[in-house]
Amino acid sequence: MIGKTRVLVAGTAVMALGLTAACGGGKSSSTSSSSGSSAKPAFNAALNTVYNPSTKKGGTVRMANSGDWESLDPGDMYYGYEWDFGRLYGRSLMTFKSEPGAAGNELTPDLATAAGVPSDAGKTWTYKIKPNIKFEDGAVVKTADIKYAVARSIDKQVFPDGPAYFDAMLNWPAGYKGPYKSKGANIDSAIQTPDDTTIVFHLKKAFGGFDYLAALPQTYPVPQAKDTGANYKQHVVSTGPYMFDQNNLGKNFSLKRNPNWDASTDTVRKALPDAFQVQLNGNADDIDNRLIAGSLDVDVVGTGVQPAALGRVVGDPTLKAQADNAQQARLWYTSINGNVAPLNNVDCRKAVELAADKTGYQSAYGGALAGGDPATTVMPPTVVGYQKFDLYPSPDNKGDTTAAKQALQACNQPNGFSTNISYRAERPKEKAAAEALQESLGKVGIKLTLKAFPQSAYFSQYAGNPPYAKTNGLGLMINGWGADWNDGFGFLSQIVDSRVIRETGGSSNTSVRDPQVDSMLDAAVATTDANARNQQWAAIDKKVMEDAYILPGVYSKALLFRSKNLTNMYVQQNYAMYDYASLGVA
Amino acid sequence: MITYIIRRLFAALVLLFIVSAAVFAIFYLIPRLAGATPETLATRYVGRAATPETVHLIASKLGFYDPIWVQYGRWVKAIFFGSSYDIGTGVEHCPAPCFGYSFLTEQPVWPDLVSRFPVTLSLAIGAAVLWVFFGVSTGVISALRPGSVLDRSAMGISLAGVSLPIFFTGLLSLLIFSYKLGWTAPGGSYTPFTENPGEWAYDMLLPWIVLAFQFSAAYARLTRAGMLETLGEDYIRTARAKGLPERTVNLQHGLRAALTPLLTIFGLDFGLLLGGAILTEQVFSLPGLGKYAVDAITNNDLPKILGVTMVAAFFVVIANLVVDLLYAVVDPRVRIG
Repeated sequence: MIGKTRVLVAGTAVMALGLTAACGGGKSSSTSSSSGSSAKPAFNAALNTVYNPSTKKGGTVRMANSGDWESLDPGDMYYGYEWDFGRLYGRSLMTFKSEPGAAGNELTPDLATAAGVPSDAGKTWTYKIKPNIKFEDGAVVKTADIKYAVARSIDKQVFPDGPAYFDAMLNWPAGYKGPYKSKGANIDSAIQTPDDTTIVFHLKKAFGGFDYLAALPQTYPVPQAKDTGANYKQHVVSTGPYMFDQNNLGKNFSLKRNPNWDASTDTVRKALPDAFQVQLNGNADDIDNRLIAGSLDVDVVGTGVQPAALGRVVGDPTLKAQADNAQQARLWYTSINGNVAPLNNVDCRKAVELAADKTGYQSAYGGALAGGDPATTVMPPTVVGYQKFDLYPSPDNKGDTTAAKQALQACNQPNGFSTNISYRAERPKEKAAAEALQESLGKVGIKLTLKAFPQSAYFSQYAGNPPYAKTNGLGLMINGWGADWNDGFGFLSQIVDSRVIRETGGSSNTSVRDPQVDSMLDAAVATTDANARNQQWAAIDKKVMEDAYILPGVYSKALLFRSKNLTNMYVQQNYAMYDYASLGVA
Repeated sequence: MITYIIRRLFAALVLLFIVSAAVFAIFYLIPRLAGATPETLATRYVGRAATPETVHLIASKLGFYDPIWVQYGRWVKAIFFGSSYDIGTGVEHCPAPCFGYSFLTEQPVWPDLVSRFPVTLSLAIGAAVLWVFFGVSTGVISALRPGSVLDRSAMGISLAGVSLPIFFTGLLSLLIFSYKLGWTAPGGSYTPFTENPGEWAYDMLLPWIVLAFQFSAAYARLTRAGMLETLGEDYIRTARAKGLPERTVNLQHGLRAALTPLLTIFGLDFGLLLGGAILTEQVFSLPGLGKYAVDAITNNDLPKILGVTMVAAFFVVIANLVVDLLYAVVDPRVRIG
């Protein structure tokens, strides 16, 4: 009896406590209310200009992520939002300008005093770093810390998620596996640090765009004495304006000001807020609701609102005025497999290009706002080197059946042909795109059979596995690609170079096999003059389209929601999301 | 009684062993039987531009080249004797009970489970108090006034509670009470009880209510049905004939007999919730075991899936044992031994 009474009393107390707290009004916001904003909201107001500019310091930016970071370790991250956010706690040799518009694609020195100086026809790159830049513990950053950071990042057993450019391009000693496994190895053949402010990179082959690699988070300095390998993500030693305050992996983390960051050495970061709070693994729809309600400031992933909120935002003029339709350096496309007959005939491939209804493709990906614009080139407009052209024009992008039938005549398939189209089973947009193509290509007699494959093995076992794709007649393969950085190499190298195709599977290039394209890529990569290089990227784009190995679908766009609580908001074009290094609290 | 408890605990251990083997087979063996190779399994745990060499390294690191029974044996051994893990700069030891390391975050699973359990416990206890109180009360009132407006209204609402999924009621409640009215905490809010009990209760209030709404509906209907059946029994008529007060007849004789099946259901429900209220935690972004399970399944993070499954199974088994013991308290006819 006593037990029962206790339970009752405890239960009542808990309920009373809850009701009292509820009536009490709840948490105090960590930021001031939205009233601090003086700018007038307008659709796309932060697309090419700074919305609500301010120099006011203080406050906390509240962010949420519907998933989790691959890793907070700068050597082990690959998503664009991780690189955008990483600049708050890390500084690379080079970085992208914190400016709206096309300037956001331009590189600027960060730790370095100037852009890299090439020598040996682009095989050697030298950087000088600013003196007296400090880690969060006050230790001075030396080039040896950058050398160590780059070297550790090539250990793919410990850091499997980061890009592999340094591993592939630097002239490492034979058998070198990083400082953990190849302890004490001399790596001067790859990286030299003649003094504490100079670092020299030696490449196997000339690479004109090495400054882009110098902007990777893998060049954030790592002090060897503080490196804890796979556990370094628990406490990354900061060089940026913020350092980790709390870090509950998988749940949340927060940043506070780094007292050893010197604003006079940093032309990129504004460092206006006092702190950042990031909640992880949140409910994506709830994150949108919180953004709209103002109880959250940023969806840190930066890929736009979910379908559930899209209608609300677009349908309500007040909410739409808080949205920005950002162009992303991403193309949703379909690979046309020249290994599968009759698509081994270029005219049959051209028939596919001509018959495709791009508006159906656009609808499949969510329409003009959430999906993007119909695409006619491989490189999206935000990629440096992009040139607008359309080799397969059609009225209103709905497909040209007359021209397509002529192409079918030319490839000796006047009545059309049958083939399969693959897509990732977990992606309804890809299925819808396949259905849209099935309908439009069917008008000229090209009959498509839809084949769904699991996402996890799509490239390793199915579409990206050439023997499987050929044997199973995968003539068309739904695909998508986003740039590592916004230039021709960052976008094209993994999807049009035939030498990245592996017979064992796993390549993102599932169709482009043209030795001439490979040669053009080699020439562009070795060119150190950026203007000349950009012309070469455009020429490669045209060549691939002439080959008709890629059917461009949609230049991806995202509908970002702009918080009323924040200042200095603009879309940083390289990351295609708000510039987290410039945000302030109203 | 003690012999009975020991026997049940031993049976529980056997059950947990079977559950672990079944889960292991589902996530490790079946994909292999379906044609997956160590490399295709490892592809899930590497970055988007991983080379075949990287995939091979990760497959090797995660032990995918070993026979399945070796992998299972290693996992079981780690629970009792701990395990070691190469973090690059050295070797980290995970003491027993070590449920392995996450394939994705490379962090040990057990501390994650321990840190997330208070969130799930907070949700389960608060919701259970509400649903038992409101569910049983509503059921009793309905049973005492069958066919009345009160009864019909209560059963109508409870039907809605049973029918409406939590991802609907949860998001709708958040939209109205948190974002429109500002009465309750937004999604993703959780403050540990030990830090600030007031904030804890404020943060948990809406998840409690939403979860309890669904459960109390079922309990109301069960209580009503049980009470109606019991109140028609001969001994109830006898009790009334003896002149016992109506309150005593209804609560001590009627409700007590109706409680036995409720106790069984409660034990199962509460045990399941302790293993993670998956939908509620997902909707409210609560960092509990349920959310942990969802994220683990989404990412194919097998050690996490195994860990949270074992915890959930443990609580279901224990809750059942406690319920069986409580039978003797609720119903004197039951003798345990």
